[in-house]
Amino acid sequence: MQDMLASSAAARPQLPKAPTGIDGLDEITEGGLPLGRPTLVCGSAGCGKTLMGVEFLVRGILNHDEPGVLMAFEETADELTANVTSLGFDLKALQAAGKLKLDHVHVDRSEIEETGEYDLEGLFIRLGYAIDSIGAKRVVLDTIEALFSGFPNQAVLRSEIRRLFRWLKDKGVTTVITAERGEGSLTRQGLEEYVSDCVILLDNRVIDQITTRRLRIVKYRGSTHGTNEYPYLITEDGISVVPVTSLKLAHEVSDEIVSSGVPALDAMFGRRGFFQGSSVLITGTAGTAKTTLAAAFAAEICRQGKRCIFFAFEESPRQLVRNMRSVGLDLAPYQEQGLLYIESSRPTLNGLEKHLVTLHKLVAEQKPAAVIIDPISNLITVGNTAEVSSMLTRLIDFLKVHNVTALFTSLISGRNVQQEMTEEGVSSLVDTWLSVRDLEGIGERNRGISILKSRGMSHSNQVREFIVTDEGIQLLEVVVGPAGIVTGAGRLTQQLQEETLALAARQEAERKDREIERRRRMLEATIDNLRTEFESVEEELRRINQEELLRQQAQLTNRQQIASSDGRPSAASPPLA
Amino acid sequence: MDTIPAPPAAADSAAETWELRLYVAGQTVKSVTALANLRKYCEEHLKGRYKLEVIDLLLHPQLAEGDQILAIPTLVRKVPVPIRKIIGDLSNQEKVLVGLDIRTV
Repeated sequence: MQDMLASSAAARPQLPKAPTGIDGLDEITEGGLPLGRPTLVCGSAGCGKTLMGVEFLVRGILNHDEPGVLMAFEETADELTANVTSLGFDLKALQAAGKLKLDHVHVDRSEIEETGEYDLEGLFIRLGYAIDSIGAKRVVLDTIEALFSGFPNQAVLRSEIRRLFRWLKDKGVTTVITAERGEGSLTRQGLEEYVSDCVILLDNRVIDQITTRRLRIVKYRGSTHGTNEYPYLITEDGISVVPVTSLKLAHEVSDEIVSSGVPALDAMFGRRGFFQGSSVLITGTAGTAKTTLAAAFAAEICRQGKRCIFFAFEESPRQLVRNMRSVGLDLAPYQEQGLLYIESSRPTLNGLEKHLVTLHKLVAEQKPAAVIIDPISNLITVGNTAEVSSMLTRLIDFLKVHNVTALFTSLISGRNVQQEMTEEGVSSLVDTWLSVRDLEGIGERNRGISILKSRGMSHSNQVREFIVTDEGIQLLEVVVGPAGIVTGAGRLTQQLQEETLALAARQEAERKDREIERRRRMLEATIDNLRTEFESVEEELRRINQEELLRQQAQLTNRQQIASSDGRPSAASPPLA
Repeated sequence: MDTIPAPPAAADSAAETWELRLYVAGQTVKSVTALANLRKYCEEHLKGRYKLEVIDLLLHPQLAEGDQILAIPTLVRKVPVPIRKIIGDLSNQEKVLVGLDIRTV
């Protein structure tokens, strides 16, 4: 049922539109300008009204093969041609090819005397002739109010201009009419905006010395359209309206993992790194090695042979490369291989939108796997928080749609450390948020890194101390002291203490071993003594036994001798008994 | 003002043939009126030394660009120089004569 409703809505007939081919404008107008109807482009001086008109014609010729007529009231054909050459528009060639007709209408009050009734049929005939001669589908009138300076009779002019709009509609040509902005109304004459079917207002605003051009669609008969003010730029390739971003959150996601460039940091993530195409934010106070972390990530991307764009808003490319070499990250080879592109500029060089367009262009050109912006907090100098936030939203959207991993660093001021809020308010937009901070102890500062959030994977909850060494960033093992995790000198003390204790224990054990040995030897000596003693006693006893045996034998012998001398007095026997 | 003698150039121009061009777009009321008025003034003031060309832009639209024609009818004085243009149905005789710089005799 839902699908049926959706398809019927999509199939609903739309007002036919003529695509302008101007970056972003067709998205806002949902397809282009009203086909066969007049559109008014108004704005003050320097807004790019004429340029928009010319680009509309040129893109129509190049992209849609719709010939066009440009009727210029202010600039001559040669001036116009020269002005847009730098944008790569070759009006002469287009004219030669019979696709474009430039007609300069010269109106000079001093040459014209007025007597009696007249109308502007001559203009109609000229325009009609120009249109018919090349079969034009698109017409630009720049700037029609120049007529008002040439012809004094306002009443005639107004009615003639009305007739002109009607006539253009009947001709079925898509027309762009430019007009100067008037006081309190969209145009000087307050006429064109009512007879046009679509009104685009261009605006050139300077806020805090930074110029931003903005575009708004004031009206569009018979069609819905974007109603916001959209920033736009005049770039080397013509006009570019910035919100070339998806307004829906419907991008593809990747399940691939990219390493952060610091192995120990990867280990803190459940999946050993960031998701490809996710956005990573590193916040921290000054000097907490945010740039070093970012550079480590860049080097890792390049090491895998992928491209990376590094926007450095604080350092020049050479300075960055030199500084990173001191911590064992050599970025120069990657630059030479064309894998790493460092774009350095002061944020104040351009308005926010210009930065965004630069980035869009670079991403389109280089197709990088990762984009690093260091730092985003500097952008606040060229816009207010809301603008920066909306720009970053668009940026993150854009990068996500292109599956580009984005890494931003952001400086947070000392006051805000506790709140852990970024001033740009982007912390809710990013997928992974790393916080680096000073762990200030007694008389020293140490760096600690922790993961505040990491969408889609588990992560460590520890604040890990890390040091920046000659070989890059190293996370130190967690040392738990009596009062929690200890860092820096405390860590050293703790380690020393532990070593001392271990040594003492080892010595104690050795001492005990020696004691046992000693005891054993004493015991053995005693046993020897006893054995010796026993031997001497045994010998004595044996000697006594021997003597006894001999004595008994002697006695027996004697007795036998007495028995054998029986009757014969024995001299010795009785007295001996 | 009247006492200042006419410059020699003006005297010459008085002698040379005037070339006038009237641009019209079909036989509209304004065009017809303009042509009739112009003929009348020329006969009165430039008799015998003017050349009048009537161009119908409906027939020759490509000619509109050359003389920068916007309004219809437009009278263009090609000779004597400088070029002058008068738009409208030429109903105001005095304005036409001043505009064309014809000195009434």
